[in-house]
Amino acid sequence: MTVQLDRAALGQDARAFPIVVVGHVDHGKSTLVGRLLHDTDSLPPEKVAQLKEVSAKRGLDIEWSFLLDALQLERDQGITVDTTQIWFSSASRRYVIIDAPGHKEFLKNMVTGASQAHAAVLVVDAAQGLAEQTRRHAYLLKLLGLSQVVVAVNKIDLIGHDAARFAAVAAEVRGYLDSLDLNTAAIIPVSARHGDNIATPGTATPWHAGPTLLGALDALEPPPAPFEQDLRLPVQDVYRQGDERIIVGRIESGTFQVGDRITLAPTRQTARIKSIESWPNEAPKSGARAGQSVALTLDEELFVERGMIVAGHDAAPRSARVLGVRLFWLDRSALQVGDRLRLRIGTAEVEAAVTTIDEVLDVETLGTASGKAIGQNDVARITLTLAKPVALDRYAALAGTGRGVLVRDWRLAGGFVVESLSTSADLTRVDAPVTAAERAQRNGHRGGVIWMTGLSGSGKSTIATALIRRLTDRGAQAALIDGDSLRLGLNRDLGFSDEARAENIRRAAEVAKLFAETGLIAVVSLIAPRAGDRAAARAIVGDGFREVYVKAALQTCERRDPKGLYARARKGEIANFTGISAPYDAPEAADLVIDTDRLKLEEAVDRLVEAIDDAYYTAERVSFAEGI
Amino acid sequence: MNDLDWLEAQSIHILREAYARIRPIAMLWSLGKDSNVMIWLARKAFLGRIPFPVAHLDTGLEFPETYAFRDRYVKEWGLDLIADPCPPIEATDPTLPANARLAARKTLGLSQAIERYGLNGLIAGIRRDEQATRAKERVFSPRRMDGQWDFRDQPPEFWDQYNADFPPGTHVRIHPLLAWTEVDIWRYIQRESIPVVPLYFAREGKRYRSLGEIGITMPIDSEAADIPAIIAELKATRAPERAGRVMDHDSEDAFERLRVGGYL
Ligand SMILES: Nc1nc2c(ncn2[C@@H]2O[C@H](COP(=O)(O)OP(=O)(O)OP(=O)(O)O)[C@@H](O)[C@H]2O)c(=O)[nH]1
Ligand SMILES: [Mg+2]
Repeated sequence: MTVQLDRAALGQDARAFPIVVVGHVDHGKSTLVGRLLHDTDSLPPEKVAQLKEVSAKRGLDIEWSFLLDALQLERDQGITVDTTQIWFSSASRRYVIIDAPGHKEFLKNMVTGASQAHAAVLVVDAAQGLAEQTRRHAYLLKLLGLSQVVVAVNKIDLIGHDAARFAAVAAEVRGYLDSLDLNTAAIIPVSARHGDNIATPGTATPWHAGPTLLGALDALEPPPAPFEQDLRLPVQDVYRQGDERIIVGRIESGTFQVGDRITLAPTRQTARIKSIESWPNEAPKSGARAGQSVALTLDEELFVERGMIVAGHDAAPRSARVLGVRLFWLDRSALQVGDRLRLRIGTAEVEAAVTTIDEVLDVETLGTASGKAIGQNDVARITLTLAKPVALDRYAALAGTGRGVLVRDWRLAGGFVVESLSTSADLTRVDAPVTAAERAQRNGHRGGVIWMTGLSGSGKSTIATALIRRLTDRGAQAALIDGDSLRLGLNRDLGFSDEARAENIRRAAEVAKLFAETGLIAVVSLIAPRAGDRAAARAIVGDGFREVYVKAALQTCERRDPKGLYARARKGEIANFTGISAPYDAPEAADLVIDTDRLKLEEAVDRLVEAIDDAYYTAERVSFAEGI
Repeated sequence: MNDLDWLEAQSIHILREAYARIRPIAMLWSLGKDSNVMIWLARKAFLGRIPFPVAHLDTGLEFPETYAFRDRYVKEWGLDLIADPCPPIEATDPTLPANARLAARKTLGLSQAIERYGLNGLIAGIRRDEQATRAKERVFSPRRMDGQWDFRDQPPEFWDQYNADFPPGTHVRIHPLLAWTEVDIWRYIQRESIPVVPLYFAREGKRYRSLGEIGITMPIDSEAADIPAIIAELKATRAPERAGRVMDHDSEDAFERLRVGGYL
């Protein structure tokens, strides 16, 4: 079977081999692609004439890059803005060459192009050597899952075809690629402008014994298809045909046969595959494998929806709520601890919060540093907490279901690979047999969590207790979850280190969530000083979460000092005291701010009741109507 | 899987993503070879019946053979057809070259359909190898309020995670054929026996390689009277596919301007 595949892969019907051309701005990537097409006789004479004409119009001789740089903006500025693709054939196979921009402003477009390639050409200017985007691009190739790199040391004409200078640049590039564990297939001295060593050996570099660029490309092997790995079929949709429910999706890895027993993740239900459906009704298919888009039916009526994964029996992916990921960030606005975004992996989509930024990478030295924010084009390791468990894999185990994207403001903002996940794999959630709607009907309101954060002495407990009184008097089901009370019981094993505080909050959030699911309005009163911890709480609770910032100046709190704690903290008797010897991140986007320097207790409670009316008493928004 | 299997699987995946994530949605049916392949792929994706309308942006200037083809296959394929006439030439930007104004009628027809049917997504059968600005497109291409293509700042797209989220008032163009080449299209038409308008096949030494409106589409010299002959011809020629489309060649940036304005 493998032998057959290899033959097919080299034959006429093989997929055009996708190669991306990357490297620092102006190092000659587009010129190289244009020249490669020209030197393999892939361009019609009219096209060459047209390139000459548009070059002459701009006072240039012939700019091969204009073949790819087709936009006026690109030609006028001599820079590639967006990635493009062009096809050509060598004597042995078809290629699709993906040209990527080198300017750092357009890194998102480089990623778009490179993510579709099976191998890369890294273009390095012989005079300039490794530059910032050379390194960043190489690092991203690795993250995007590419492993084979052909290095083109370009503009060899500009260094007088000097063998020693070439050797120095080659050594530097090889060293960097080695440290990334990328496979350097060849390093070739080329002149994209003059055509040396592109498709034919250059006469000006007699000292170069290696292949031409084209020769090096022809020697690359396509990566193996993931047939041998575990079955992963992310469910795209479920179609109804008569009584049949048909599950559709594309197989990321593995294979299956009709009759196989499968397990669905994350629900862990099992069934057998009854049939593979297709149109037109050809001979019934008996099996399918990675890469195929399929439609199938099961022999049992299971609940299936988009976002689930069909996996092999007893080989389902784990469900996780907390992910350690390696991330590349492409958005202009920085990513910070506490930020909430949409996360998509496979076909699943979930809200995620950034709980910690563990380290930010320096592509120059490949060293790491701690950081508070991840800027555009940065690579970092971070921890994400998801609003609900999602089935996924570690990237090292299964690439297709081990990587995902973050979405902010309607657009992809970053990509990540999963390095670690914490899970409760062997547990199955049991839900009470009463729906939220039923409880809301009885109580006259929905359940939810009012999360009050603020300094010690800001007035949280006073307001919270008054609020519970008011809500109860008007017939609502309300409960108080107070930080101090929790620490007397459930959380009495916890101290005040950062980790212990995070755990304190996680438990409070989980308890509040249980209350909310029972239909109660849970009023949580906790200092919760760190934005990341509060974001994690919001992610745990999900929809009904409202953050209320009980605000008071530190001096006010210290003057009030109801428990005498500030005085003791000042004397050094209490360590890690928020506001004195431990930080407090004031909420930047609280749902409600109660300023106790200005508001009376009654006014504060009025505002909260108003917010609660809005949040839990109004009719649910009507869901988006389907179909047309 | 051979290359056509791979392209087919990818296009089906794209079509199912579009339908799962964007509603209301419609598919543009230009009646050309590419859009017939696209309809075929959609029937495969949705197991026979396409669950959304197909829109023909009718300029009234198609060839009689093209209209006959449309009327026959609407019925045979069970399509839910929208065929509203495009606004007249007077409604287009008068600073555009004359031929481009004809094309601009379709852009207006497009905006009209989006507004009239409240569409959030439009599936269109453009390919990267047709034209250098199309080569820069995304599979899911968000459009601004006015339907314009912001090529300076396209969002990233990778790992088959498409940008299907869009702010209110904007829409998304979906391009399931972006990765196909002209030869791929013909090989697939042959493999699947997909019907096409007969004007593609040579009669008296001429055939249409790209099919547009009467007056702005020119036939090429060709003896290719069946699909194998067309494939052989395409493998031998290096002339571009859209050479017979007059509007592309008015000036260096003619096509770019059309596309920025919302043309396909
Ligand atoms: N002398 C010489 N000039 C070259 C060579 N290759 C490219 N150039 C010139 O270098 C300049 C930049 O080339 P491009 O191909 O646009 O560079 P690029 O890497 O594609 O740039 P971006 O896509 O914007 O990152 C152009 O003026 C080219 O003519 C070469 O081998 N020798
Ligand atoms: Mg370039």
